[in-house]
Amino acid sequence: MNQPGKLPRSGLGSLVLIAALLGGVAAAFAYTAGWLSPGRLTPERMIEALTPPSGAPLGHRRNHAKGICFTGVFEANGNGVELSKANVLAQGRYPAMGRFNLGTADPNAVDATVRVRGMGLLISTADGEEWRTAMINLPVFPVSTPQAFHEMLLASASKDPEAVKAFASANPEFAAFAAWAKTAPWTDSYAEEAYNSLNSFIFTDANGSDHAVRWSLLPSAQPILISQADLDKRGPDFLEQEIKERVWAAGPQTWTLVITVADPGDPTADPSKAWPKGRRTVQVGTLVVHRIEPERDGPCRDINFDPTVLPPGIRVSDDPFPAARSSVYRKSYDLRAAEAKDYPRTEGGKP
Amino acid sequence: MTNPPHRFALLQRLLHWLMAACIFAMLFIGVGMVSTVTPKYLALVLIHKTLGLVLLALVLIRLALRLYYGAPPLPADLPKVMKLGARLSHQMLYALMIVMPLLGLGMLWAADYPIVLYGGVQIPALLPRSDGMHTLLWNAHVYLGFAFFALALLHLAAGLFHALIRRDGVFETIAPLPLLDRTTPAE
Repeated sequence: MNQPGKLPRSGLGSLVLIAALLGGVAAAFAYTAGWLSPGRLTPERMIEALTPPSGAPLGHRRNHAKGICFTGVFEANGNGVELSKANVLAQGRYPAMGRFNLGTADPNAVDATVRVRGMGLLISTADGEEWRTAMINLPVFPVSTPQAFHEMLLASASKDPEAVKAFASANPEFAAFAAWAKTAPWTDSYAEEAYNSLNSFIFTDANGSDHAVRWSLLPSAQPILISQADLDKRGPDFLEQEIKERVWAAGPQTWTLVITVADPGDPTADPSKAWPKGRRTVQVGTLVVHRIEPERDGPCRDINFDPTVLPPGIRVSDDPFPAARSSVYRKSYDLRAAEAKDYPRTEGGKP
Repeated sequence: MTNPPHRFALLQRLLHWLMAACIFAMLFIGVGMVSTVTPKYLALVLIHKTLGLVLLALVLIRLALRLYYGAPPLPADLPKVMKLGARLSHQMLYALMIVMPLLGLGMLWAADYPIVLYGGVQIPALLPRSDGMHTLLWNAHVYLGFAFFALALLHLAAGLFHALIRRDGVFETIAPLPLLDRTTPAE
């Protein structure tokens, strides 16, 4: 036993060793947390790039901030069973809940200023399995990678008029989106849009075979085309009023869920690349939207439509986007949950 | 306890080092996963959730072992303030080992995320959806996580202090394998 207060000869060396070890562990921790890597694409940086100059939409989603809730049912016809063992594809009726939305970070955006429309959807089965998906009306995604998406956001927000051009020439896949945005017709209703997963996922059937797929919800309603100017005249929140009145007056709105199955070699890792025409498709059921509710007190408000919440029988593919979206949506959810007082529920709204 | 042990029981020692490795892994995975948007995010989150619940089970076993076997006494000549520090830091480490997984579970429940572990194991929700509750639990999980890391480092430093500088046999009571009897070093 040492005499109290007296260090052995090696005491100083040992102290240095202990300090160095602790410093090393702390430095490794800081590196892992990204504190030493300002260039790392973190969810915070992605959200920073999504934030409009007017400021963050406090209490709202950081993207697709404007939206309205719906509830309904997914009626599976059983055809999907050959592709995936997910219970939600076995013939039956499953509760569905979701959100029509606009691809903007501004919850007060004027409808006619937002090109991209989306649908978040959650289908659940009695055993607690959930399938969450967030789809948009684009035929292909604008860019190939989450990094390119971040650069696209920076370029669009840049004051440099050449920034978008420079981005487009560095990311040639962007041209397809630019052409779509310029030429594709606008419709006058959320009910008339097709919503596409764009990302690829893997379905696993009961025999254990994998199938790379993408999916789309195709509307039963006939699209009524409208010019951007005419949509603008109908008012800033026309789409939300319209879908509410439509479901109220004309009854439930329906979409057919169509699974597109990749051929070997189709690009699953790049959502900016469409698969060749003529790929096998399977109609697996119908989404029936029964009821529309404002988001403020609605059931979709506090749901994160994280596209990686999947039932057994569906999993992510080599497409890098679902993981990136999961990470960023998580951060967006944490932010808006903490800001609930900035988007207060009405009197009597559920907490 | 009439006959205090010389060192922790073998099971206690093994569990200590197994959990030490896992807890450091959890802390690193925790800060790593929330700072990435790459595909490894999903794998890290899955490991974090699964390992977190395994650790919750392990700490309960460990507490039971502690109650059953007890702990060897600290050296009589250890200054009082260090004895107090040891007792408090050990109690805090136990508290964090129990509380951290519960906070993690709770914040996911309050956010209405289904909890699915490695192998498809589903954990049913025991809390209703609540943004206020989520925020509270999430902040607690994050800040107590950093406190946990700081405390784990302090614990490591204290262990090394006993092993290398004070050489008072305290480290040997928890050393994973029965080492040479070093309670009377050559110094």
